[in-house]
Amino acid sequence: MKKDLLGIRDLSKEQILAFIDEAKKQKAKVKNKQLRDCSLKNTSITTLFYENSTRTKMSFLLAGEYLGAYADDLNIATSSVTKGETLIDTGLTLEAMGTDIIIIRHGMTGSAHLLAQNVSCSVINGGDGTNEHPTQALLDVFTIAEHKPSFEGLNVTIVGDIANSRVARSNIFALNKLGANVILAGPSTLHNANMRALGTEIYTDINRAVKNADVIMGLRVQLERHKACQFPSLAEYAKFFGVNNQTLKHAKEDVLIMHPGPVNRGVEISSQTMDSPHSVIYDQVENGVAMRMAILKYLVS
Amino acid sequence: MIIKNGRVIDPKNNMDEIMDVLIENGKIVAVEKNLPCTGHETIDATGCWVTPGFIDMHVHLRDPGARHKETIASGTKSAAAGGFTTICAMPNTSPTVDNEIVVEYINSKAAKEGIVNVLPIGSITKGLHGEELSAIGEMKEAGVCAISDDGKTVDNPSLYRTAMKYAAQFNLPILAHCEDLRLVGKGQIHYGEHAETMGFRGIYPEAEEIIIARDIILARLAGAQLHICHVSTAEGVELIRQARKNGQAVTAEVCPHHFTLIDEDITTYDANFKMSPPLRSKPHRDALLQGLKDGTITVIATDHAPHHEDEKNQEFENAPNGIVGLETALPLCISELSGLMSPMQIIATLTANPAEILGLNKGSLSIGATADIAIINPTQKHTVDKNKFASLSKNTPFHGRQVTGQVQHTIVSGKIVYSAK
Repeated sequence: MKKDLLGIRDLSKEQILAFIDEAKKQKAKVKNKQLRDCSLKNTSITTLFYENSTRTKMSFLLAGEYLGAYADDLNIATSSVTKGETLIDTGLTLEAMGTDIIIIRHGMTGSAHLLAQNVSCSVINGGDGTNEHPTQALLDVFTIAEHKPSFEGLNVTIVGDIANSRVARSNIFALNKLGANVILAGPSTLHNANMRALGTEIYTDINRAVKNADVIMGLRVQLERHKACQFPSLAEYAKFFGVNNQTLKHAKEDVLIMHPGPVNRGVEISSQTMDSPHSVIYDQVENGVAMRMAILKYLVS
Repeated sequence: MIIKNGRVIDPKNNMDEIMDVLIENGKIVAVEKNLPCTGHETIDATGCWVTPGFIDMHVHLRDPGARHKETIASGTKSAAAGGFTTICAMPNTSPTVDNEIVVEYINSKAAKEGIVNVLPIGSITKGLHGEELSAIGEMKEAGVCAISDDGKTVDNPSLYRTAMKYAAQFNLPILAHCEDLRLVGKGQIHYGEHAETMGFRGIYPEAEEIIIARDIILARLAGAQLHICHVSTAEGVELIRQARKNGQAVTAEVCPHHFTLIDEDITTYDANFKMSPPLRSKPHRDALLQGLKDGTITVIATDHAPHHEDEKNQEFENAPNGIVGLETALPLCISELSGLMSPMQIIATLTANPAEILGLNKGSLSIGATADIAIINPTQKHTVDKNKFASLSKNTPFHGRQVTGQVQHTIVSGKIVYSAK
């Protein structure tokens, strides 16, 4: 049994593929409402989210319940964290109450690793600072696998706020391990040349970046992080870096449009594109539950 | 007391020879071959280096304000265990050392509980706020050896020029922490491929280089003596090299951790690797070594920065900057620099050179000098064990590291204040 899932960086290609296989099975069961898998019976999971979330948190709680676990959330805003309780003490407290798996989201890089080192229960990284969001990347590659026959040579263009994005980083690691080509695009202020070391190409011209793309992955403009300091206005962002139906003309005909959500409609993706047949954005959400079931099962197996 | 058969390395007097050292009444009275032992307490220093006690220009003692991290008693014990007989205490205590009363507090505390010499450093601005000048003259009178707003730069160039000019009339050097914190932003480790791999925001080397350039120019304008603290970047070294070539009174120090480790050594999210400036990439580290070798950087200082374990064992971004350094400095110098510099050059960076910058009558084994001495076994291999540190704090990235070179005895004013067990 593995204690934690902290990053895609630590996973092998085989492990990622195994997660995809397991998620497929879980998805079929959820679809058919055959939720008799009690792998997590007598297991307690707790979400510990220092940052807001709809998808990651809800899908983990549902995934836990579907597998027969006791699943609950610690509401940070009304918790002793507001009285200054440290991350480690909070984790130890949850553990003392019998939590077997903590899913943590935190605004600072390395927080999940810090928690994992200091508790003996399992820790899943639900997003740490600008570092990784491994479960998002796993559900993303699962979604791609449902639509594309192979990752080998697949062109995946990630567009937007790369510098602040743990989603981008985890996807870069995952897609590279699976043999895809990863292309980054966005304003020059939101990426940097060092990202080439992660195995990517970088463009500021979005039309060039999506040329022959099999997948275009939009990223949310994190308004709460930099309030447009990195570019003059949302309108200018949308004009130069937004993904719309014009952009799609440069990509392959069967290009997939993905986005981890939440979407700022009309900024990083036009509404028309988001609601087009190319979009698998809600498939990603659905797959999030199945993938997180697969991850929970893996940790207790 | 007589120290027999040691290799006396005294850069001030350009001496590197097997000699005996005779100490009487706390002073060095003879450095000669084959002195008779009769009637004296004898230390056999065969196979050891006998050097002036080390001077650390850059130490953070935490008294007043944070005695759970370090006291003057524990900090000076830590210094003694590292071969340091004089340490300069940075003013970022609470309250700040920005007036003569706090200087006198430290002096009296040091006299009472310190086992090595403590020289306070005054702040440049009140409360380190960068707004009003500290009581620079009165602090000088009370005994500060330099002024510094270490931890930050004085942001306002007009105020900084004034401070430099004012300090110059009292012959006080400016110890400059060079870093534009706005450019650092939320950076956590050196900006580069490794920060990208770890998912950290990066700290641009330019944040240091810009301020080094500005401070050199400002000091030239003000006619001040400028000492650059803990230089960590290649261009920083080059700027200092050029200023020195131009004859300007600019000196610089480097910390053992910056010439020993690089950013790629940060493989976990352990905040014991967090310090300001951060560990840089290999080309920067190599430039620091080159700077030491060619004499651009003439001082090794530790930036000893004790923090409690609980403060370091938290989110990297929340953890305070700094590591303890007094007890690992000498072994790191010997382990890392022996192929690059002669023993005489290494010892000079720890003794005669800082003494000269600070205008101290210390750092030599001259006849008549106060007997502040370090006795070192340069070949002794050992493993760094933070649990054996005399410092109250254990925040080091070097725990478990194999090193060469160990302090055997430290002597202050003719008295042994530390002996290796």
